[in-house]
Amino acid sequence: MPREDVKKLLRTKFMPHIWCPGCGHGIIMHSILRAISDLNIPQDKVCISSGIGCSSRMPGYIDACTLHTAHGRSLAFATGVKLANPELTIVNVMGDGDGTAIGGNHFIHACRRNIGITAVLMNNNIYGMTGGQASPTTPEGAFAATAPYGSIDPTFDICKLAAGAGATFVARATVANPIMCEQILKKAIEHQKKGFALVEIISFCHTQFGRKNKRSRPTDNIKFLKEHTVLKAQADKMTPEELEGKIVVGEFVNIENAREYTDRYNDVIERAQAQA
Amino acid sequence: MAQNEFWQGNKAIAMGAIAAGCRFFGGYPITPSTEVMEVMSEELPKLGGKFVQMEDEIGGIAATLGASIAGKKAMTASSGPGISLKQELLGYGYIAEIPMVLADIQRGGPSTGLPTKVSQADVMQAKWGTHGDHATIAYAPCSIPECYSLTIKAFNMAERFRQPVLVMADEVIGHMREKITIPEAGSFEVIDRKKPTVSPEEFVPYRADADDVPPMPAFGDGYRWHVTGLTTTEWGFPTNDAPDIDLKANRIIRKVERFRDEIVEYREDFMEDAEIVVISYGSVSRSSLRAIRELREQGVKVGHFRPITLWPFPDKEIAEISKRVKHIIVPELNAGQMVLEVERAVKGNCEVHRKNLINGELYKPAEIMSFIKEVA
Ligand SMILES: Cc1ncc(C[n+]2csc(CCOP(=O)(O)OP(=O)(O)O)c2C)c(N)n1
Ligand code: SF4
Repeated sequence: MPREDVKKLLRTKFMPHIWCPGCGHGIIMHSILRAISDLNIPQDKVCISSGIGCSSRMPGYIDACTLHTAHGRSLAFATGVKLANPELTIVNVMGDGDGTAIGGNHFIHACRRNIGITAVLMNNNIYGMTGGQASPTTPEGAFAATAPYGSIDPTFDICKLAAGAGATFVARATVANPIMCEQILKKAIEHQKKGFALVEIISFCHTQFGRKNKRSRPTDNIKFLKEHTVLKAQADKMTPEELEGKIVVGEFVNIENAREYTDRYNDVIERAQAQA
Repeated sequence: MAQNEFWQGNKAIAMGAIAAGCRFFGGYPITPSTEVMEVMSEELPKLGGKFVQMEDEIGGIAATLGASIAGKKAMTASSGPGISLKQELLGYGYIAEIPMVLADIQRGGPSTGLPTKVSQADVMQAKWGTHGDHATIAYAPCSIPECYSLTIKAFNMAERFRQPVLVMADEVIGHMREKITIPEAGSFEVIDRKKPTVSPEEFVPYRADADDVPPMPAFGDGYRWHVTGLTTTEWGFPTNDAPDIDLKANRIIRKVERFRDEIVEYREDFMEDAEIVVISYGSVSRSSLRAIRELREQGVKVGHFRPITLWPFPDKEIAEISKRVKHIIVPELNAGQMVLEVERAVKGNCEVHRKNLINGELYKPAEIMSFIKEVA
């Protein structure tokens, strides 16, 4: 059940939602709502944007300015929204396929620009909406609708990708620890004033990924996540062999003195106007 | 004081956009459209507007749509392969009803084709390029002053009908330089999108007014609403019900078709007693007119009809002409696109002669003269 204070952020008119009962994406939505509520951001100034996928259906359920775009393109839309109105707090949600396959180019360039958007990548290691095809984060050896013999494609480390591309806040959590999700999201949303924040939240898709990989119930997945999660502080002391197959959670990048893109664009405006 | 300049077509498009109130440009460079974005990168910040060079054409149109949703008049520009890439999101603009302008400076294709050469190959792509049905509005300038004035018009129509509008120049028009007298601000109409007049509590995002166009608040204005590329009810939420789908799918076509007579523009020269008519647009129309002037001096009864809106197509007007002339000649820089629309309008009333050039060259007046002489 949603926390009482976040109910005003829900569009009950648009319910029931399309997610399978028990899908990890609902936990992420609730964490986002709690973070927005706790930060007291006026609803009218919140923009929730997304691409296409199960995860990307989220904006419809949130009573804010919501933008459900095309597959992979949400960060490019959000870039235009932010430039046009830097006052808006933008939480951009996307799936692993949406954000790192079709939208991979927009993703690295949003990081590079350090534009003030909080991107939440809901990683369930699969293309949920289209029926469980392999995504760039499907683990090697896992089965998928398009990997019937087990996937051989190496996977992306999304946090490393974002950090390498220039995001100034990068963190990871899993839906097995919603409190941690909420805390990280709050920091990531506040970081928006300084630039691009990426939060990867490991979710799960029990119906598509789980069914083929011996985790067909939501509880199997929560248990799996709990057993495989390692805090960053712990991980720093572990060998690569020990870290094999583990999910490292925590904050990886937090550049406090970063300067956000729309803020930097004001310099351009100043220079242009001085010359004119 | 009206001011004279010697501008390139692409510059005139950019400056026309700014005169129309455009304050956002998102794009990606591609010949022969690049100068539009270069001028925008220089001019927009002077006015507090924003320019962003995106990572690709899809990003360019996505950012443009996003900026429009957040309340700015916005545009992007491209050519050839870039126009193909933008199609999915152009469709998004039609279904989600987001005003924006796309300048298409046409070059030869398919694929990378002829990057630096002229063509008029996007006539049908503009109408049918995105999947699904919608109404297209597209202007084809034939001069530098028209690059300016028709871009203003494109913005006005985009704002009025809440949808993407195209300015379809071609490489020659985009790169040509010509004198332009800049109209003074206030001497031309500037239309802004309708804002809701009801309170946020009473607001139904896609409930259309009597003109079939719903008012549009900006994100951040105090109205909370959902924008999606899915077919929705008037509440903006996805629907799978045939009657709801019917309403939405037909309204986005009807809202333009109803005002077809107000939107359609064309120009006629030497048409009063014409027995032969050349129908051409963009750069080709300049060669045609030159040819026609010379032939008129020789006593040939030939006239010129120039569609200014490629879409909606001036079919009614051409149908009327076809009842009183013997021959219509359609020279185009493609393998035969607009001629299909002409034939549809003419319905066999007179002979239609298609003339097509796809080697990257422009028709010379002498060539058009010979086409006319063939039928005279
Ligand atoms: C251009 C385009 N290509 C493909 C699709 C089909 N499609 C819809 S959702 C989706 C995958 C979604 O997977 P992901 O982003 O991982 O999100 P999830 O559904 O798992 O939450 C795909 C491929 C599309 N809608 N648009
Ligand atoms: S298909 Fe998977 S990702 Fe989509 S709603 Fe169901 S469980 Fe969630």
